[in-house]
Amino acid sequence: MSSIDPTTMWIVIVGMAVGSFVLRFVFIGFVGDRAMPPWLLRHLRYTAVAILPALIAPLVVWPAATGGQPDLPRTSAATVALVVGLLTKNVIAAIFSGAATLYGLLYLIG
Amino acid sequence: MAFTTSNSFYWKGFRDGSPFVLVAIPFGTLFGVLATEAGLDIVQTMTFTATVFAGAAQFTALQLLQEETPTLIVLASALAVNLRVAMYSAALTPYLGGAPLWQRAVAAYFVVDQSYACSTVQFEKEPDMTVPQRMAYFFGSISPIAPLWYLCTYLGAVLGTQIPDSWALDFALPITFLAMLGPMLRTLPHVIAALVAIVVALLTTAVPYNLGLLIAGCIGMMAGAQAEVMLERRKVQA
Repeated sequence: MSSIDPTTMWIVIVGMAVGSFVLRFVFIGFVGDRAMPPWLLRHLRYTAVAILPALIAPLVVWPAATGGQPDLPRTSAATVALVVGLLTKNVIAAIFSGAATLYGLLYLIG
Repeated sequence: MAFTTSNSFYWKGFRDGSPFVLVAIPFGTLFGVLATEAGLDIVQTMTFTATVFAGAAQFTALQLLQEETPTLIVLASALAVNLRVAMYSAALTPYLGGAPLWQRAVAAYFVVDQSYACSTVQFEKEPDMTVPQRMAYFFGSISPIAPLWYLCTYLGAVLGTQIPDSWALDFALPITFLAMLGPMLRTLPHVIAALVAIVVALLTTAVPYNLGLLIAGCIGMMAGAQAEVMLERRKVQA
């Protein structure tokens, strides 16, 4: 971890602002009512479910806060958040169960 | 404004969007807190949140910046997280594509999980809605969410520096993303996409510049799409 250079930060902010808008505008703005190729839509369907866990998996297995050592409170909290989300389809319930597990175990184990 | 005739649809959208403030409030606050902890000032944090308006992508960029990832990779990875809004845009196009360009441009900015989720359900349920009525509903659905998202980011950014390490906020992001992931895993191909992405992500952590994330995301996405094709083929044969 280190502090973020302001110039880099501004480049990222502007780049993401433009990029995010283009992503949202590309179909609704440019395509209008024309049909889109099914293979493209099929891939777009799976972007979020692929990239979100890919970002999270290393953070769960090797948490930065413990110097990269896997630890029980964080692994359990991650598992609980995922399972509760799967079972209840309720994001808020899943976040609170995960947080409760994390704090509970951090308190018990230290 | 062209929407005044569609007043009742605006308010119907507003009511349908309201429950999602329960997501916007904690998520916005968390972003403000983590951005401040990462060293962003208020102006940076608020510009970021107001211009990008996509929580998951903002969190991703923040995480990668702290790991000293090259700028281009940060942008590519965060925008990859945001590819799903392109899908939402595609899904809304048949319903809203007939509106004036300026309305479509404003609507595009507000395409997020919540407005997409409300709108597709409503537009499928009442196929006879006119384009202005649909636009009114769409803007209604985002109206309770957007102001709270900005406000909570601001409050989080102000509070951020006062939060002690013992709160273990390092793990807020994994818990939040995993909580979001659960409800997304609706079908077998979705589960396959996620599992493949996790395995590849863990195997590619040694790849420089955090490129493993993009590799894992792409392979997971292709695995999901491929699984969908194979399952459909099997269904046709059976």
